[in-house]
Parts: sequence; C-alpha cells; structure tokens
Amino acid sequence: MTRLLPHPILTPALAGVWLLMNSTIEPGHILLGLLLGWMIPILTIRFWPETVRIHKPWVLLRYISVLLFDIVMANFTVARLILGNPDRLKPAFARLPLDLTSDLAISLLANSITLTPGTLSAKLSEDRKFLIVHALNETDPEAMVATIKKRYERPLKEVFETC
Amino acid sequence: MLDYFLSFLILTGAIFTFIGSLGLVRLKDFYTRLHGPTKATTLGVGSLLIASVIFFSTRGTGVSLHELLITLFLFITAPVSAHMLAKAALHLNLDSLAKMPVEKAPEEKVKKVKKEVEEKTDEIQTDEKAAHVSSEEPAKESTPQNSNEKLADS
Repeated sequence: MTRLLPHPILTPALAGVWLLMNSTIEPGHILLGLLLGWMIPILTIRFWPETVRIHKPWVLLRYISVLLFDIVMANFTVARLILGNPDRLKPAFARLPLDLTSDLAISLLANSITLTPGTLSAKLSEDRKFLIVHALNETDPEAMVATIKKRYERPLKEVFETC
Repeated sequence: MLDYFLSFLILTGAIFTFIGSLGLVRLKDFYTRLHGPTKATTLGVGSLLIASVIFFSTRGTGVSLHELLITLFLFITAPVSAHMLAKAALHLNLDSLAKMPVEKAPEEKVKKVKKEVEEKTDEIQTDEKAAHVSSEEPAKESTPQNSNEKLADS
C-alpha cells in the first residue's frame, strides 16, 4: 500500500491541479489527472521522505480562512507603512522558538509568517529550533512572537503533528 | 454594472502592485525592502486575477479557473524567494536598521566551528583513500586557530 501509493494526499491534490490547469471536468482528464497524480509521487519519492497526515481537516480549513483574512489585512498594513514616513519605522529581528518538527509544518509556518502583517521569516537555525523573523515595524517583538505562536503555530501543530 | 466592478478590481490591483514597488524605493534597508514586494503585491495580483476569472467566465466560453493556480503558485513562491533573499542577506551580514539577531552563544559557536573543521578533515581523509596518516596532524593543529579567528571576526 505504502509503496503503491506513497502520498495519499498528494495524488488528489495533483489531479485537482491538473483539472484546474485544463479548466475541465471531462472523465478523460480526470483519469489522466489521477494517473499523473499517482505516477509523480512515485517518481519523486526521494524529495518527499515524510508521509503527510492531516489529523484535523476542520482545523486546517479554519487556519486557511484565518490566513486569507490576515493576508488581506497585511496588504493594507504594509501599504500604509510604505506610504507613511519611512524614517519612523522600527524594524526588528526576533527569534521564534519552534515547537513544530515536521518539514512541511515548518515550511507552512514560515510561508504564513511571510504572508501576514509586517513579518518576514528570514532564517531557520541549523538545529531547527529557532526561526529568525524580521518585523517591519514592531516595538514589542516578544508579544509578536507570542501572537505568531498562538495564531499560526498551534493550529499547524494540531493538524500535522499529534499532540 | 459588472464593468464598473471589474474596473474597480483592476484599479485596486494596480494600486497595490504600485505601492509594493514603491516600497522598494522608499524603504531604507534591504530587509524592510523585502516586505513590499512579498505582501502588497499578493492582494494586487490577487484582485487582478479575480477580475480576470470573472471577465472570462461571463463571456460565455465556459468557466476560466487557471487564475486560481497562479494565485496558489504565487502564495507558495513569493515567501520562499523572500526567505532565500533574507537568508543570503543575513549570511553576508548586510547592514540593517534593526539590531542583528544573535544566533548562538559564543561557546556553541566555537563548538560549531570545530565540528565544521573536523567534518572537512574527514572529507579530505575519505578523499585520500591511500591512508595518509600524516595528514591528520596539521588538520588538528588548525582547529583552535580557525575558531579563534572566526570569533575575532565576529
């Protein structure tokens, strides 16, 4: 089972991308998409050493909607900061201690940090315990780190790693 | 009515994309400049793509959803490229308005440098499979020197 279908989530995802790319739901394309979704994970198994498991799909959906909302807000925040006086900005670096361990969860967290208000993930420490975050305008990096941990890291941990 | 809505979306998109690029000019150091293109442009390109979906879907030639894929790939690739740029900048110690992050305590740094030197000598040794025992000694001597030099630099 694991050899024939190493990534059960990647297969439908790739099939979905294939259908979107062709803008169609013809049976032939569904079949071709599923075939590609089955073959590509097998051929690229070396790049995906971890098996991905989604434990709580509802938490993931809620996370995505929170993220989309935050992205829209981030755009307004950053636009305001850019149009305001750039000399008044207080950029800061902060160290974010990571509780996550799986590769996918860490990369999703780093992506979310970059997409959300005024923060940018800059570097993952070599021992994978810290993520260095750059904030565009932040007077209290401690509070920012606490917010990120509560708002983004906890749901990701629930979804991809069993608590 | 639909035309006005589409024009509104396209204008919003254009304004946000413009603000994103304006950030490159107005902001003062490399790290803050990274913020403009990664954020302000996502909403800009997003609303342009939504306008495109609606426009091509209402022309009667079927639903057009390629644009969703563009959004997906943009959300994946923009943070990754920003992360790589920031990492490279930190590696090169580029000037920053913010205080540079402290990565590790000094003792750990010495250990890390020593480990690196050892790993390198290991590599050299495995390369020279002819078993030159003499090559081990100069490598060991260089270990404390190197770590001292690196500490002095920092």
